[in-house]
Amino acid sequence: MNANHLPRLGRRSFLLGLTALAAAGPARLAVADVAPAAQIMDRRLVVILLRGAMDGLHAVVPYGDADYAALRGELALKDPGQEGGVLDLGGQFGLHPKLVALHGMYAQGELLPVHAVAGPYRTRSHFDGQDLMEGGGLQRLESGWLNRALTHIPESAGQPARTGLALGLDLPLLMRGEAPVGMWAPPRPTRPEPDLYARMAELLHEDAVLGPTVLEGMRGRGYAMGALAMGAAIPANQGGFTRLAAAAGRMLARPDGPRVAALELGGWDTHAGQAQRIDPVLVQLDRGIAALRDQLGEAWSRTAVLAITEFGRTARANGNLGTDHGTGGAAFLAGGAVRGGRVLANWPGLKRDNLFENRDLQPTRDLRALAKALLRDHLRLSEGAVAAAFPGSEDVAAEGGLLRA
Amino acid sequence: MDTRPQIAAVRFGTGPRPDAPLPDDPVAWLDQQTRGPGPALAPPEGRDAPASLEEGYTAWIAHDASPPPPGQASVPTQLFRAEQQAWMRHLLTSTAPFHDRLTNFWLNHFTVAERGGFGVTTGFPGFLREVIRPHVMGRFVDMLLAASKSPAMLYYLDQVASVGPNSNFGRRSGRGLNENLAREILELHTVSPAGGYTQADVTEFARIMTGWGVERMRPPFATVFRPGNHEPGEKTLLGKRYAEGPEAYEAALRDLAAHPATHRFLATRLVRHFVADAPKPETVARIESVLRDTQGDLGEAARALVRLPEAWGPPLTKLRAPLDYVVALHRAAGGTDPAPVLGALNALGQPLWNAPQPNGWPDTASGWAAPEPMMQRLDIAHETAGRFARLDPRQVLETAIGPLAREETRTALRRAGSARDAITLVFASPEMQRR
Repeated sequence: MNANHLPRLGRRSFLLGLTALAAAGPARLAVADVAPAAQIMDRRLVVILLRGAMDGLHAVVPYGDADYAALRGELALKDPGQEGGVLDLGGQFGLHPKLVALHGMYAQGELLPVHAVAGPYRTRSHFDGQDLMEGGGLQRLESGWLNRALTHIPESAGQPARTGLALGLDLPLLMRGEAPVGMWAPPRPTRPEPDLYARMAELLHEDAVLGPTVLEGMRGRGYAMGALAMGAAIPANQGGFTRLAAAAGRMLARPDGPRVAALELGGWDTHAGQAQRIDPVLVQLDRGIAALRDQLGEAWSRTAVLAITEFGRTARANGNLGTDHGTGGAAFLAGGAVRGGRVLANWPGLKRDNLFENRDLQPTRDLRALAKALLRDHLRLSEGAVAAAFPGSEDVAAEGGLLRA
Repeated sequence: MDTRPQIAAVRFGTGPRPDAPLPDDPVAWLDQQTRGPGPALAPPEGRDAPASLEEGYTAWIAHDASPPPPGQASVPTQLFRAEQQAWMRHLLTSTAPFHDRLTNFWLNHFTVAERGGFGVTTGFPGFLREVIRPHVMGRFVDMLLAASKSPAMLYYLDQVASVGPNSNFGRRSGRGLNENLAREILELHTVSPAGGYTQADVTEFARIMTGWGVERMRPPFATVFRPGNHEPGEKTLLGKRYAEGPEAYEAALRDLAAHPATHRFLATRLVRHFVADAPKPETVARIESVLRDTQGDLGEAARALVRLPEAWGPPLTKLRAPLDYVVALHRAAGGTDPAPVLGALNALGQPLWNAPQPNGWPDTASGWAAPEPMMQRLDIAHETAGRFARLDPRQVLETAIGPLAREETRTALRRAGSARDAITLVFASPEMQRR
């Protein structure tokens, strides 16, 4: 994807071809006939960043812990089988009742909730926590662990889509770095005609930053427009996250499509009125992962989804029926490639002495162990590539057994 | 043709307007904006005065007692939206754009964001009008003191929740320190990590500032010091001891403001903002020495920035962030309506006064030049051109980029099939996207 070598006239027609794709995306311009699929790996990885610190004790409820109900007070959810009760995960834990689709995946052996998990940081600051969760190091880094992983997955010359795909208008730190990644965001109501895009790109061509960035943007749009034009239209009126997840699934499903996607879902910072505020966010997460599965179709069987948050929340409710920034929390692994249908937890217990600093769920498992396992066992990256994704994690072994053999 | 007046308007200003001729003497024009109190900032439309803290807090209390029905904005949020409109209207029409750019710069340095909740939004009119604007040409220490004690900042970085664990209230309630504000003042507002502080310094600084909080339920509806929340005993920050009591916070802030690492950090950020993403060390050193020699006089620093030779040469080196970009588009077209500007900023990922994190918005091209965001920028150029399609595109070009226009851009304009397309091309051009 470099037009710099082209003479001016060739460049104009090159740009026009690109912009026609980027702007119009009719099926006849779609990308199906350009697929060198054989070289692209077959496995899919989706990472969902739950920004704002999801309360793991509210999403994956340890109802079987004798101290749970008293500790949580009015925030406690009822046992399975009762009205408004949690959805059982085998006797000790239950999913929040809004996580209906995830519970269905659990029954299919495709959901693996992980509990009492945290990254290596204990700062309880959202942006420290998020930066470190996405950067993958012990200090803030300029690139993200998933982008560094992508640099070890070769792209073939004719590959129409980038291997990596970020959904939404922000390129998260997780996906920043040397590996170019595609992006998709819902289109604005009106767009210029292809010819005008081509003229704009031509004007920007010589700018060392803007020229290549716009070419990359048009390439990404062109692919996305072609890919999304196939099959039933993705409804624009559903929740923003569900729409992004559906678009991701549609593109990941294609033989020539991206293989690694990143999404973000905010709204978890429930300092007050948590029971009301967390429900719609859990619904979005549930519907989003279901939309991913539905759009991935047959490729779901080769997909792993990892949903992580920067830290958990206080084990007890605060004075506003909410929770404050905490430490240990929950994460989700989902997908046909995941060995699910069980809960992965070394449960520390909820007694006062078991809590971290008499306040938070004690983490007994490192988030990096999950991510490292997915890079090693799912994307099949070398030990060196995994180590480069998570510098300073020599003492954190990749978690074994997360995936189906 | 002399490019200096145009460069003054785009590099140090918010972009030219058709109804405001460029200055003959750009340095004198910029200097003049650094002296005196700065131009008046009108209250929100339909009001005699900006919303006071008391008004905001009263609306907040009423909101908590009976929240509005879903889909209807709360009164505190409405007050905040009105203030955003007032500032955007000012940015579009202001005749002191250098002053405005510095205001935006310091608002970003001392980021407080809407996502911090009503504690921030109710405090924002005061934060803009009393904390930041009066000090942009004053001394840094005064801005630091005002910001660090402002209700918006005390809420945004959780100082309102911090309690000395051995204070009366701390012992009674079991509550403890919140280090958020202490850490960010050190890391983001003053010495930066180059200052060499440790986690122990962060904790000690957090102890120093215990007791400082906000009274929002009753008069004085302002920042207060609560002795019962203050951690007893002497504290040590960066090797210096501070006695117990309310005065220690201000004393520590004064020492941080005067720290050489602070001067270096501020100089780097100023030069990066106005001159280049990766400024030369000697350029930074020039501004650093001004800050050091004038005890942090920001007006002197502003005048020194204007006198940097590197600040005057084409080519344009800096990529405009969405705020600079969209404001410049509307100014070039003579726009005065804040609503489409605020909408475009949301679309381009830089919603006004709502940065995702306390470190504020990125100030280098790498923070903005991602593929799909740049495509959306082209879409916004096209939308904005549609809003002003009745203008003469040649006039828009002359105002917006004038002597900085490349021949290629002029040719593209001549060949465009419609006024809207022509204006779109001017708006999308690299000359317009850079400053």
